Amino acid sequence: MNPARGSLLGIEHLEAAEILRLLKFARRMNPDKPRPLLKGKRVLLLFYEASTRTRSSFEIAAKSLGAHTVLIQAMGSSIEKGESLLDTGYTLRAVGADIIVIRHPNAGAPYVMAQHIDVPIINAGDGLHEHPSQALLDAYTILRNKKTFKGLQVAIVGDIFHSRVARSACHLLSKFGVKIILCGPPELVPDIATTLAPGVRVTRHIEDALRGTDVVMLLRVQKERLAGMKIDLSEYVARYQMTPARLKMAKKDAIVMHPGPIIRGLELTSEVADGAQARILEEVHNGVPTRMAILARAMGKMR
Amino acid sequence: MSPEKHRTSLLIKGGHLIDPAARIDAPMDVLLKDGHVAEIAPSNKIKGAADEKLDARGLIVAPGFIDLHAHLREPGQAYKETIATGTASAAAGGFTSVCTMPNTLPVVDSVEWVEWLRQPERGAVVNVFAVAAATRASKGATLTDFRALHSAGAVAVTDDGKPILEDSIMREALVLGGELNFPVVQHAEDTRMTEHCSMHAGARSFRLGLRGMTAAAEASIVERDVQLAMQIPNARLHVAHLSTADALKSVRRGKRAKARVTFEVTPHHFTLTEEDMRDYDSNFKMNPPLRSASDREAILAALADGTVDAIATDHAPHAAHEKEMEFERAAFGITGFETALALAITRLHREQRIPLARIVDLFTAGPARCFDLRGRGSLVRGSVANVTVFDPKRKWTFDAAKSLSKSRNMPFDGWHLTGKVVATIVGGKIVYSA
Repeated sequence: MNPARGSLLGIEHLEAAEILRLLKFARRMNPDKPRPLLKGKRVLLLFYEASTRTRSSFEIAAKSLGAHTVLIQAMGSSIEKGESLLDTGYTLRAVGADIIVIRHPNAGAPYVMAQHIDVPIINAGDGLHEHPSQALLDAYTILRNKKTFKGLQVAIVGDIFHSRVARSACHLLSKFGVKIILCGPPELVPDIATTLAPGVRVTRHIEDALRGTDVVMLLRVQKERLAGMKIDLSEYVARYQMTPARLKMAKKDAIVMHPGPIIRGLELTSEVADGAQARILEEVHNGVPTRMAILARAMGKMR
Repeated sequence: MSPEKHRTSLLIKGGHLIDPAARIDAPMDVLLKDGHVAEIAPSNKIKGAADEKLDARGLIVAPGFIDLHAHLREPGQAYKETIATGTASAAAGGFTSVCTMPNTLPVVDSVEWVEWLRQPERGAVVNVFAVAAATRASKGATLTDFRALHSAGAVAVTDDGKPILEDSIMREALVLGGELNFPVVQHAEDTRMTEHCSMHAGARSFRLGLRGMTAAAEASIVERDVQLAMQIPNARLHVAHLSTADALKSVRRGKRAKARVTFEVTPHHFTLTEEDMRDYDSNFKMNPPLRSASDREAILAALADGTVDAIATDHAPHAAHEKEMEFERAAFGITGFETALALAITRLHREQRIPLARIVDLFTAGPARCFDLRGRGSLVRGSVANVTVFDPKRKWTFDAAKSLSKSRNMPFDGWHLTGKVVATIVGGKIVYSA
């Protein structure tokens, strides 16, 4: 498969050097100091799924680079009338899209698009598969707080099975030798998750996950995706909810991250969400420069 | 007129005959006359003139291949395939008989539709056997009229595409099938365990973010069915497209206990694994899905040791617009007639060293036994004059764009293969020649 140059379909097949180049360039991006790298370009935001952070962040990033943006949502477009993914793609190409940013409930949808349409495709989250821009902004956030990936230990707690964020994060962090501990019940954290990337370990015990950890990444329990699974939420809270007491088991300077949306009282308490160690809003903030870098790269302007 | 009734004579000369049912593996000439095999004799021993001659020097002459499992898509889905295009594709793959599955629109669950499939207007190039639905509209609730379907010429019953899930219905089907000597074909999948799944459950499905069908979803149904077949006198169970090592264990147990259990495997399951799917290419999506390497190895072992009864294609054509889309939403199934023999020769004979005679058996006598297809699967005198002539050494490249099927959905486009069908003869008439 030959996706258009500048496409970002996932982290798995991205080289470590390319990731560092992106993160370095992101540090030079600032939405408050717009740079017209994408002046006159058209960025199409094709969203088949609900999104607050990712969508607004890509939109602001594109505009900060001088691009026009058009948002197409499944509701209220031809998609609702039954237009296929590829026909929508061909249509967007025909109206002059320079970049297509796609969020889709099915894994691999951006790959199908990239196979047929010679416009850079940016994966803004595909089903359970990957969420590369989130992994990059999380890496950016980690580096701002920890300076280096060297010797780091990251615990990812919660619904790994349904999480594209977790898959992308594992691929990314593993490329830099980070120790990754996945924690949760077997239904949400299957043992097979260790095959995702080198350096990934699974534990059922929150203490085990937190001991010596530099970064605690929490994930939402995706109630809407739990169809057919027997998950007792109160038991989940009892065993895995991040509380101030539990957080003390991690390193003293550990930071708490969460891709959002957060559900207070479920995967974390308000004290943790609003506490000094939380970097949840910083992640959102860092999403804009990171996505500016992703869009600049898509147009070959990452220089 | 049925494609099998051709009033003329054809002498196939100079070839090497492999007829496993007749225990022949030697240079032989074959004379076909009035739609039947008239004579088999060592080279140049057949006297008298024939209307036509076929030079088979350097080629293998085999009984006509039989495909126990194909979707010809009629009635109702002619945009995917018709009986005419499907059987033309089958002929190009060396198949002289094709058993067509009933999951059509409407479902073939009545005598009328079984007869409709055989009408000359369908334009069949090879012989078509109907496999009728086991339950009304394949809804799994009420059995169809097995007796009437059997008399009308259906060779087996199945709800293929779906399993017969209810224990009581499957038991009833096997009891009634047993009384009539009628095989019940099971698509073994516990659909309660495979909702929203699009590939095999394992490390790869986890990595790709696709929900996976577990091996247990197949194996649990096969195990139940084999148990039933062991309990019910004369029951005949045929497991369709078996794909997992665990299901194979159940079948082996059933066979050892002398239960009447047969099964087929597909070329794609003995050729590919879950690892072969790249870039969410839905040409690698079928049901059952491509399995793990160890499942494939178990199937290869069963092919080599004689446990497998038949190779069947599960030829499942779909229009491009049903495949070129999100992997999870794309239709299940791939086409398979034209690559079946070449994959068997390339993977089983050349790589696994399985003798050609065994491979021929899996395409001929084996499937004929599974569904009691009398006069077929062998070339003993008096058999139906269905013959497949192939070159086991010829190297070629499969070009899906040139396929005779209406659809192109398959993963072997551009593959370099060894072994090619040279001529397909149905009822004494050459219906395909390369």
